[in-house]
Parts: sequence; structure tokens; C-alpha cells
Amino acid sequence: MTARARLFRAPMTIASLVLVCLFGILAVVAPILWGEEALTARPTELLQGPSAEHLLGTDNLGRDLLLRTLVATRLSLGLAVLATLLAAVAGVLVGGLPAVLGGRVQRTFGAVINTWLAFPVLLLAMLVAILLGAGTTTAVLALVLTMTPSFARLAQTLASRVGGSEYLAAARMLGVSRRRQFTRYVLPNIAEPVIVNVTISIGGGLLALSSLSFLGVGVQPPDYDWGRLLKDGFAQVYNSPTAVIGPAVAVVLAGVAFGALGESLAGHLRGQDHGHTGGRRGPAPGPGPGSGPDGGQPSTPDTLLEVDGLSVAFPGEHGWVRPVRDVSLTIRAGEIVGVAGESGSGKSVTMMAIAQLSAPGAEVAARTLRFGDEDLTLLRGRALRGALTGVGVVFQDSLTALNPAMRVGAQLAEVPRTQRGVARRQANRDAVAALDAVAIPDPARRAGQFPHELSGGMRQRALIAMSQIGRPSLIIADEPTTALDVTVARRVMRLLRRECDRTGAAVLVSSHDIAVLGELCQRVLVMYAGRVVEDVPVDALRDPARLAHPYTRALVAALPDLDSDRDAPLATIPGEPPDPADPAPGCGFAARCALATDRCRAEVPELTGHRHGGRVACWHPQDREVVRS
Amino acid sequence: MNPWVSFLLRRTTRVVVAMLVIVTIAFGVLRLAGGDPVRAALGPTAPASVVDERRAQLGLDDPVLEQYVNYLGDLLHGDLGTSLVTGRSVSDLVGNRLMPTLELAGLAFVVALVFAVLIGLCVAVFTQGHRRRGLELAFTGVSGFLAAIPEYLLGVLLVIGFAITVAVFPVAGQGGPDSYVLPVIALAVSATAGLSRIARIEALNTLRDDYVRTARAKRIPPWRVYLRHALPNMLTGTLTIGGTLLATMITSSVLVEQVFNWPGMGTAFVQAIVTKDYGIVQGLALVYAAIVLVVNLLVDLVLALLDRRTTLLETG
Ligand code: SF4
Repeated sequence: MTARARLFRAPMTIASLVLVCLFGILAVVAPILWGEEALTARPTELLQGPSAEHLLGTDNLGRDLLLRTLVATRLSLGLAVLATLLAAVAGVLVGGLPAVLGGRVQRTFGAVINTWLAFPVLLLAMLVAILLGAGTTTAVLALVLTMTPSFARLAQTLASRVGGSEYLAAARMLGVSRRRQFTRYVLPNIAEPVIVNVTISIGGGLLALSSLSFLGVGVQPPDYDWGRLLKDGFAQVYNSPTAVIGPAVAVVLAGVAFGALGESLAGHLRGQDHGHTGGRRGPAPGPGPGSGPDGGQPSTPDTLLEVDGLSVAFPGEHGWVRPVRDVSLTIRAGEIVGVAGESGSGKSVTMMAIAQLSAPGAEVAARTLRFGDEDLTLLRGRALRGALTGVGVVFQDSLTALNPAMRVGAQLAEVPRTQRGVARRQANRDAVAALDAVAIPDPARRAGQFPHELSGGMRQRALIAMSQIGRPSLIIADEPTTALDVTVARRVMRLLRRECDRTGAAVLVSSHDIAVLGELCQRVLVMYAGRVVEDVPVDALRDPARLAHPYTRALVAALPDLDSDRDAPLATIPGEPPDPADPAPGCGFAARCALATDRCRAEVPELTGHRHGGRVACWHPQDREVVRS
Repeated sequence: MNPWVSFLLRRTTRVVVAMLVIVTIAFGVLRLAGGDPVRAALGPTAPASVVDERRAQLGLDDPVLEQYVNYLGDLLHGDLGTSLVTGRSVSDLVGNRLMPTLELAGLAFVVALVFAVLIGLCVAVFTQGHRRRGLELAFTGVSGFLAAIPEYLLGVLLVIGFAITVAVFPVAGQGGPDSYVLPVIALAVSATAGLSRIARIEALNTLRDDYVRTARAKRIPPWRVYLRHALPNMLTGTLTIGGTLLATMITSSVLVEQVFNWPGMGTAFVQAIVTKDYGIVQGLALVYAAIVLVVNLLVDLVLALLDRRTTLLETG
């Protein structure tokens, strides 16, 4: 949890805690201090409005309503706490015990709890209250009966987690008695969530009890709780409308206080899960000094995409995390460019940033981000969306990338319908044609199916069809084959290539498998620790001796032969990539590089032209002829 | 066994068992509650002969088991019993009072669902990616506060507000459309507040899903991303909680009807409790229980249909 979140959250915890304590103190002292006076009838001051003497006015016997409200704290709160505790104990027994008694008993109890939970709560309470005669005891009993099953369900869920666990099995084998299993292993593990639930439930119990009293089946005169005061006040609503204010405020405040306290406790209990809040918001990092607008490749007339100084930052727990720093690249029309790198190298984040699909909360900055004739950094909203219709995106995991609740055909047809205003029928025909184009058999039937009804390869084809249907001039494909097996992956890659040959679209495709990229692309960008470290023409890739960057060399050297397993291509590079939240200065690869010098550890090498025709960012680029040092 | 059949069997069994338990409790109400319920209902001044006659008429002097069997038989014929005071049929009473109650609860349910989902989605859209912490805190605070106000209490406050200060909406009885406003608000507000929190969390989870990014990649307008792609996918989770809300609302309506003097079953129910007419209490309790259980069953079925893959596998 960050400092800021703590700052905001703590007052809530403190405020609710103070309120709860206040109510607790009131419950103890109010009846002692004012118990007598709250009963004093004043026949001359019946049903008065608020005055200096009686801040909330008087009731139909002339009793002071403020004092009555305060005094009623004890009964209202006491009953709620009592009922909740009884219910918690009963619930833990009903729900927790079966865990140590074994499977059959557990299932039976589960069924009982489920049926019990299906009962309408208030109704059950009212029936019980009537059955046993209206009164305080029965109201509490009714409440216990209705609150028990939810505690039982909670305890059951928690306990079954414990019951299935290894240490309980071990304890059972060691012959630990059941009683001891329960007190020693089951109870401690379910105690905390149950306590949180008790706190929240006290608030709920308070409201439920007040409703029973309001109905007249709860607390009976001469006793009175807030519900009873509300009932009496409401009976006089036209004579003295202010009579309900005191008890109303008390009921709501107490309910809020216990609810908020419970939630704060629950929040603390969840701890880390809950803590991923926004980081310290310093200024978002800009593109950085870098090499200026003309530092990348010179842009030629047929440049389709030009990116310079692209940086992406996310708010992390300790300030900004920058998975992408100062990336520059260009793509010509029709060119197929690969992006290689380990997971975490920033390739996905880079591609999503270019496609303007960064996760919400991300800060994207670039000196230049030009697509076709449009400067994307200047466009917003509809204009930006319009410009970006020229970019089609193929995602990694076709199962999660497709909307599970929408038919495949409708997901495709949506593109021409919204982008070009094509009529629904024509758009549907377009969708079927697009599915046909990626060689999906029986496309009309498949279009009417949901994503989970298609195979993985077919879904990935459908995704490619979806990226093509808007007739883009650039396809961005983020690890399009990672989720597929090798044969299907090859087919999908070939399909991608064929489609682009057909439509003339350029492609930016990423993979952790540099060999696959070598077969598909004309140029491969190698990324490491958020930066492009080498930009290699594909012919250099086929001749490892011409590779310039030590990381690229290691990557290619680590490649297994075509027939062996490709799952761990980086197994031979020792060390770990740097943490994007806390990078060292200098070259990102320095910690793992055999050639690293002091200069490498101090200064970031820039991407500059190299004799293989591409670019490299290294102070000591490797080469066949000379090893400069 | 076909998973659908076993699912249906399981759920229906649960409803039947719960219903039997309620019937038995209701049966007990008239036989066991505080001494002689007929005497209690007719009052201490009624002559002994009248009380005895009414007892005999109701069959209360028969052996308990026989009474129970007769009671079940009557229920199966749609006979919900008779009022102890007037001797009128409870089934007739229900016939008159059912619709106003269902209208009120149903309307409040729809209002709560629609508002909760829209509010939850909107707040989620604005606070996703941990942005706008202020809005998030305000939302949490306000919704927590509103959710803690019990329906009847909000009803009381609304009556006071509108009866005493501005008489914009009628505060009692059922009449034209404007007579629905206050009772529906009273019934819907805390439910909306509570459910909108769930809806926001569901929406945040949904907005993180990959297909939302896919939808953005299609460069369709943002509202279409949220309404066409995110909304349907956040509904299942929200409706799971929301469905149980309908049942809660039907029971909460008992008190709200009382506050607004709504001519539904709730008012009759409370009236019967006050006058100790346990014949009516017994019958109405059954009707309420049946509605709640059937509603829960239907909600379960709808959810199972919506989310075919997961619900069927769930046990219990
Ligand atoms: S700059 Fe230095 S540390 Fe970095 S890759 Fe080149 S030689 Fe290795």
C-alpha cells in the first residue's frame, strides 16, 4: 500500500473505530447517567419540537428524546452484538466442525446450510418472533437463526480449505484427536475472516433488530431500543416530525460505523492484494534526452510508421515503473518487421503503445509517433480513432482476446459497421468472407458460433481475419502464436505472411522465438530491458558471426536445432534481466555481459548504424573482422 | 446424468425442502403460539361458546397429525386458511393484495439493478488504472453510507420530508404513477448503493479483460466498448448478487408497505400481526416464502443459462 493510499484509508479506519468506541462508551454510561431522567414524564411538555432544553424535543409523555436515544444505545447495541456473537459461534460450529469429520458429513452440512440460506431472512425472524411470542429474547433468537447460516457458509468455505490441506491430513495420520484438530488447526485459520464478518454483521444485526422493533415484534415497552423509538416517533409523524431524527441518526451512524470498520479490517486482512494503488504521482517521465528527432533511421518517402523516443511508464508501488524507454523504429509500407526478446523485455508494451492500446493508467510519451500522414501525438478522440483504423491488431491469446459473450461473426462485422457505416447484412457478409479468406472451413456456420466453440488455431485465424477486415496498412501482431502448438503456429505465421502479401499491409510482429521471426521477417528488432538493442537485417541473422550485439549473439547461440524443443531458448544466458522499476544506469545488459566495461555500466549506448546494414546499441559491438575495445 | 437434469433436481429439491420447513413452522404458528390463538384473536371479551365454535370450525381440536395432513391437503387445493377474526378466506385476501406488492418490489428491483449497473460501470470506467482516487473514495463513502440506511427508515424520512415540507409526491396509498415514486425510492436506494459497489468491482475486472482491449483495437467509440463489450460480461457476476436482492426486496417491502400504507400483502401482514390474527399471518407467510423461494430458483436458472460453463459444475 502506498503512502497516499494509507493516508486516505487510515482516517476511515480511525473514524469508524472512534465512532464504534463512542457507541460502546455510550452503551455503558448512558443508562447510568441519564436512565432515570429519560423516563421522567412531563405532562406539560408533550410532543414538543426541538428546544434549548430538549434538543430533539419530547415524546407523547413529555420525555426527552435525546436522552432516550442515548440511553437506548445499550439495548440496541447490546442485542445486536449478542445476536451476532451467538450466530458466529453457532455458524462456526455448524460450518467448521464438518471439516474434521470428513467428506460425507461435510456434504450433508453443506446441503443443510444451502437450504437454510435460501430462507427469507426477515420473514423467518418474524415467524419465529410470533411463534415464541413477541419480545426481546425472541427477536435475538430469530436474528441468531437467520444470521447463523451465512457464518456457517463462511466457516465451511474457509475450513474446507484447511480440511483439504496437507497439515490436517498429516495431523489425522499422526492420530491427533478431532477436538484438537478443530481447536489447533481449523479455528486459528478461520478466526480472522470470521472476526471481520462479525464486525460487519453487527451493523446488519443492528438494522434488522431495529426493523423488528419498528414492526412491533421486537423490544416491547417499557423497554425501548432505537427501533422502538422510531416506531413511536413515526406514529406521531404529523404532530412532531422531528421525533424520529434522534433514533434515525443513531441507527444509520452505528450501521455505517460497524460496516466501515469491518471493511477496513477486511482491507487490512487482504493486505497486499489490496495495496496495488497508484504510486506517488511525480510528473510522468517524458521521452528523455535521447538522440533528437533525427536520431533514428532517416525517414524515406515510403515510411509508414515512424516512432522516436517512445517511453511507457506505469504507476507502481514505489513510483513509476518504466518497461519501455526511448524506443525508436520505422517501418516502410509493406515491410515485415519482427520484434524479439524475452518476456518482460518490453516488446508487448511497445507494440500496444504504438497501437494506442496501453492499459488505462499508463503514461505514454514519444518525440515522434507518426503513422502515414498523421502525427498521432497531436490527435485525440474521434480523429485519433479514425487515423488508427489503418492499424489492425492481432493479439496473443485468442481465447481471452475474443469476447466470450458475442458471436464470432458479430465481432468481425462490428468493424465495417462502425468504421465505415456498412449496413448490418453487408457487414455480416464481409465477416463471413473474411473468415473464408483465412481458410476457416464452413465460415457461415462458424460466424454464428461463440469463441469457445472454435479450436485454438481457428480462433487465432479469426483474430487475423478481424485485424484484416478494416483493410489496415499496418498489422501489429503481439506474439500471435505463443498459445498455439508448433505446427499450428507455423501455419498461422504463414497465413499472416500470405495475407499481408495479398493486401500489401506492413507487419510488426513479436515473438520470443527469434528463429520464427527469421523465417517470416525482413528485419528483426531485438529488445532488452525496455530498449531496442539491435536492429538486424534478416540475412545477418542467418550468419551469426555478423551479429553485433552480445545479447543478440547469445539469443541466437541459445537457439536449439530446428527439431529439438524450443520452449527454453534462453537457458544458456546466465543472470536475470533488470527490474524495470529500479534499473541500474548504463547498458541494461551489463550485468550479464561478458564484455562489459566501466563505460557500459555508466552510460547508455545509443542505437547507431552498423556495417551489417542495421543498427546496434552497444559500446563494444561484435563483428567478424575486428573486435574493437 | 445430464448436468442440466441434476442441476434442476438439486435446486428444486432445495426449494421443496425449504417450503416444507416453512409450512411446518407456519402450521406451528397457529397451534403453538402463546396459548389459545383463537382466544387471542377474538379478544378476552368474546363468549367462550364463540371461541369454541371457531376452534371446532378450524379443526383445532383434532389430533395434531390429522390437522397437519388436512392442512397440507388444503394447501394443495390452494386454500391458504382463514382469518381467525373475520373467518374470511386468506386466498381471497392474497388475490387482492398480491399485485401491489409484486409491482412495488419488482419496480424497485428493476430500478436498483439498472442504476447499480450503470453507476458501477461509470465509476469503474473513470477509476480504472487506479486513476481518480478522489472519485473512488467519494463513491465508496457515499455508497457505504446509503447502503447502511434501512429501507423502512428511508421510507420514514421520505414521508417526513415530503409530507411536512414539500408535498410533491403522495406519501401514502397506491394511486397514479407518482404514488410509486417514494416507496420505490425507499426500497431501492440501499440496494442500489450496495449493488453498485459489486457492479464496480465486476466492471473493473471486466475492463481488464483482453477482449475489451480487442474492442478498443477496433477503434469503435468508447461508449460502444463499454456498453456492447464490457456490460454483458459484467452482468453475470452482478446479477448473481442482484438476484438475491429481489428476494430481499420482497421481504423488505413488508416494512416499506407499512410505512407508506401501501395496499399490499405487507400491510395486511403487519396488521394481522398486530391484531394477532394468526390465520392470516400463517397464510401470508407461506405466500411470501413461496415467492422468495421461487424467485431465487428462477434467478439461479437464468444465471445458469447465462453462464453455462461454470454454474453447472458448481456443487451443492
Ligand atoms: S554496451 Fe557493454 S555491457 Fe552493453 S552489451 Fe555492449 S558490451 Fe555488453
